[in-house]
Amino acid sequence: MTGLFTKLTKHVSTALGLVLCAISWVTSAAEVSVAVASNFTAPMQKIGRAFEQDTGHKALLAFGATGGFYAQIKNGAPFQVLLAADNETPARLEKEGLVVAGARFTYAIGKLVLWSKQPGLVDDQGEVLRTVGFNKLAIANPKLAPYGAAAMETITKLGLLARLKPKFVEGANIGQTYQFVASENAALGFVALSQVFAEGRLTQGSAWMVPASFHAPLQQDAVLLKTGKDNVAATALMTYLQGDKARAIIRAYGYEL
Amino acid sequence: MNWLPLPEFDRHALSAIWLTLELASLTTVLLLLIATPMAWWLARSKSWWRGPIAAVVALPLVLPPTVLGFYLLVALGPNGPIGQFTQAMGWGTLSFTFAGLLLGSIIYSMPFAVQPILHAFEAIGERPMEVAATLRARPIDAFFTVALPLAKPGFITAAILSFAHTIGEFGVVLMIGGNIPDKTRVVSTQIYGHVEAMEYTQAHWLAGGMLVFAFAVLLGLSLMNRKNTQVMT
Repeated sequence: MTGLFTKLTKHVSTALGLVLCAISWVTSAAEVSVAVASNFTAPMQKIGRAFEQDTGHKALLAFGATGGFYAQIKNGAPFQVLLAADNETPARLEKEGLVVAGARFTYAIGKLVLWSKQPGLVDDQGEVLRTVGFNKLAIANPKLAPYGAAAMETITKLGLLARLKPKFVEGANIGQTYQFVASENAALGFVALSQVFAEGRLTQGSAWMVPASFHAPLQQDAVLLKTGKDNVAATALMTYLQGDKARAIIRAYGYEL
Repeated sequence: MNWLPLPEFDRHALSAIWLTLELASLTTVLLLLIATPMAWWLARSKSWWRGPIAAVVALPLVLPPTVLGFYLLVALGPNGPIGQFTQAMGWGTLSFTFAGLLLGSIIYSMPFAVQPILHAFEAIGERPMEVAATLRARPIDAFFTVALPLAKPGFITAAILSFAHTIGEFGVVLMIGGNIPDKTRVVSTQIYGHVEAMEYTQAHWLAGGMLVFAFAVLLGLSLMNRKNTQVMT
């Protein structure tokens, strides 16, 4: 009788252990949905993979324009983390009480670059903008994309706004702007350095790195949204982004920190 | 435009509305010219090519506009087949131009012009044309004096649908337009811009206008169809 009882308890405890194990596995491997600014696409894909390997959590990444994400988040989009292309949108969300207070930080400082797919077209001073040697100049919509606003500031500072305006073509976000130049429909375009830069050098074409003094800093902030307050994967990702491994990846794509 | 002291928003909105109407009208006229011979051929041909060509014409019904926009962007670019051709003709490239949007709209709205005309031609059948032939009408005369008048409701439906569908076009314009005021910024992309920029008041005005317009078009179409069937019966 006692033998049967011990056997039974043994079975029960094994089963219980398995269940507990499963529960802890489920809670430890959580999932986080991240809204990522288009310019941060390439580095975030790499960071996402490293994050999943190192923590066992899963990061679901959605890429798009920061303004678009703002509208979606206000209307209840199921994101837990926002990696914005600016610091204004996260600040605004914070003021509106949609983010976890105190969790905001700058994950990267972006760099603007004048880029052409054609090697040798862009010189390292951006003098090409004063020539007639190009058909179109692609910029991101300055109302929607911080990189577009920075491009407008740069052009204004160079005193070329009136001359270049007829050549403008606008992308809805920096991803589309890159696509216009990469498909050579526009000979030149202001894009994010991270889109044309990997492992410390230009991937193709020619470029002028716009000096940081030409426009307001492209400070990119990350926020933990209220929806992610109790999500372990979301808080883990916020920590991971500030770690050495993530920072090394971010720097390799030409961002400053 | 100094004689019209409009606030900034109204000026942009009016420019986008005007451009949209211009694009839709031109697309409709060109589509009717292209779709008529095409529908005639599809209605009467017994060629092996009939099936594949009918499928190609109907493709934009099924394909997402992003597919069309992406292929157009590549094809219109300096290294694409259309881009090579237009450059050789001395026209430059068509991406980010009104002509480029017009080309995109014609392809995108093609099935909406071809299908109604095709159905109208098919409904006529062989008989009236045979009768016309026995009365010694040349085929070309019979086409203009017999087939076209009989197919009139099909043409009206085709025109209205092409026009309305071009007004509602968004994805293709977004991908090959470049959002240039007075050239490629139409109402649908303007609304998108307002929404993304959180200018909800402006977005509401334009979006509401679009809704009313679309409803009016569909209502008109259904009233007209009922009238036509009443006349026939």
